[in-house]
Amino acid sequence: MTEPLLRVRDLRTYFVTEHGSGTARAVDGVSFELFPGETLGIVGESGCGKTVTSLSILRLIPEPPGHIRPGSFIEFEGRNLLALAPRELRAVRGNQIAMIFQEPMTSLNPVFTVGDQIAEAAIVHQGLSRRAARARAIAMLQLVGIPDPGERVDHYPHQMSGGMRQRVMIAMALVCHPKLLIADEPTTALDVTIQAQIIELLDRLQAELGMAVMLITHDLGIVAGSADRVVVMYAGQVVEQAPTPELFGHPLHPYTEGLLASVPRLDTPPARAGGGGGKLHSIPGQVPAATAWPAGCRFHPRCPYAWDRCRQEEPPLLDAGGGEPGTHTVRCWLLTEPRRRTPRVS
Amino acid sequence: MSVWTWLALAGAVVAALAVVAEVRRRAAASAPGRRFFRHPTAAPGIFVLAFFLAIALAAPLVAPYPWYLQIDIVHVADRPPSARFLLGTDLYSRDVWSRIVYGARISLGIGTLAMLLAVTVGAAVGAVAGYFRRWVDTTLMRLVDVGLAMPRIFVLLLVVALWGHVSVPLLVLLIGLTGWFGTSRLVRAEVLSLREREFVAAARALGAGPTRVIFRHVLPNAAAPIIVSAALGIGNVVLLEAGLSFLGFGVPAPRPSWGTMIAEGWPKITAAPWASLFPGLAISLLVMALNAVGDALRDALDPRKEAA
Repeated sequence: MTEPLLRVRDLRTYFVTEHGSGTARAVDGVSFELFPGETLGIVGESGCGKTVTSLSILRLIPEPPGHIRPGSFIEFEGRNLLALAPRELRAVRGNQIAMIFQEPMTSLNPVFTVGDQIAEAAIVHQGLSRRAARARAIAMLQLVGIPDPGERVDHYPHQMSGGMRQRVMIAMALVCHPKLLIADEPTTALDVTIQAQIIELLDRLQAELGMAVMLITHDLGIVAGSADRVVVMYAGQVVEQAPTPELFGHPLHPYTEGLLASVPRLDTPPARAGGGGGKLHSIPGQVPAATAWPAGCRFHPRCPYAWDRCRQEEPPLLDAGGGEPGTHTVRCWLLTEPRRRTPRVS
Repeated sequence: MSVWTWLALAGAVVAALAVVAEVRRRAAASAPGRRFFRHPTAAPGIFVLAFFLAIALAAPLVAPYPWYLQIDIVHVADRPPSARFLLGTDLYSRDVWSRIVYGARISLGIGTLAMLLAVTVGAAVGAVAGYFRRWVDTTLMRLVDVGLAMPRIFVLLLVVALWGHVSVPLLVLLIGLTGWFGTSRLVRAEVLSLREREFVAAARALGAGPTRVIFRHVLPNAAAPIIVSAALGIGNVVLLEAGLSFLGFGVPAPRPSWGTMIAEGWPKITAAPWASLFPGLAISLLVMALNAVGDALRDALDPRKEAA
């Protein structure tokens, strides 16, 4: 088996809240691995710690109030990123690990041309001359499919549409050919047709450049289409982790089940007035506050199968079999007592 | 005044008008630019500034006499304005108009340079404080509080009195280094909000260090308030320099700064009021023009007026 490109072990990122009233354990013991060239989907509701995990990898967590707890471990190509000096860290950022953000509208600097912004990473990391960097920026615009790149390179962000700006963000991120691209909800702010184009673009670029992609999203459709493996997060923890077909075919964690059931489908008609048709499923309740996770299994208050053990004892990540050990892991006691998987009648 | 002097003066007026037209033409391309000229005092303000700048640059052409020349101490002292002496002569028989023209160099020069210095220091301190926050911010801002708590004119008087003789570059340095406190507060406030913007996180994710993030990504976005504060600040500096010079602590005689000229005309204010009056008018006109332009800039660059 090949060495993983990125290995995150027991990552804990906590935030001290304003008045010292408590500590928000936004990411609380997350572990996963990412192999060269693969796409890893990270899925979960808002507030489950997806974004904080990705920011922690590049150490972009604002400190204070946030801090990454000692004992956490983020290894990239055999180097612990958490132990790097600021200068070494900057040499990794944008060069070997790049990131694209949710909001293409606000993630570009309004006072510089897109060409300047794309060229910046090349100037910082590779010491290119202005002229060479400009040529590189034009090539990057071409690569991400922006028409007329020679002219667009001198445009300002406000002269572009949302989809184009996200393409520019991608060009910025890829200018140094990183080995890992972290895409934090790259399509959330875009409309559906543009979403599909951006995801296609990311898939194509990944194939062309051979990089690994960490795709953070709450959209299971996107994950199903482009991720090789999926990590499902809930309440700051990984609750299930499996290859994509396996996860969609045999979801084992009740939370994953709930998420999959919540996706609207074309083959089951939605609720109609006057009854008939299925109602779109939703997981009852909401994600608890990060300052007070429930005891036991963190999902138990919203779980249809929960029993006493779930309320008292926190389940570890259990191996669900199916191939090599660690292929499919689930944080749920149901794995030890599968016969309890009978939905409560509501 | 010879024909050539009159021609040069007319040239200065034409040049100032041309500057106004050119600025207006360029401004018409953008929404803030159009808002700027919608301000009724913006165009006259630009004209006055351009005119003073033109005569300052072309001083040897526009001024009929050298600034130091005592034409005829016996016969032409304290002469009223006439065709020969446009704004009259002072008690040493020097041409007031010529001295105002050369004085524009000094007053504008000191104002601009001191303000540039103040804005540079203020922007840098404010940006560093706002970006790093914590103890850096606390330390710098307490320093600023101390600076703001002391009346500037007294600090300057004290320093100048201790020094005895003050050269013009030193004066610029002193005025500049006592004038950055307000700007630094302004910039800090702006940076505090800018640093939370996503493009700053994006720049850091690209591997940009703090220096690059502050000076390339954050500060250019705070340009609008900095420019406005600089435009309004020059007026203050000109007044301050005039005040110091009037008190005899500023630009050393016989060099003509407008403040020095007022002071020199003072003993004969009843007999020859023009020697003090005209430099005073020049100061008022310049400061009014700067304030008008500064106000128009502030309104034009205020993002909240974008919709209007």
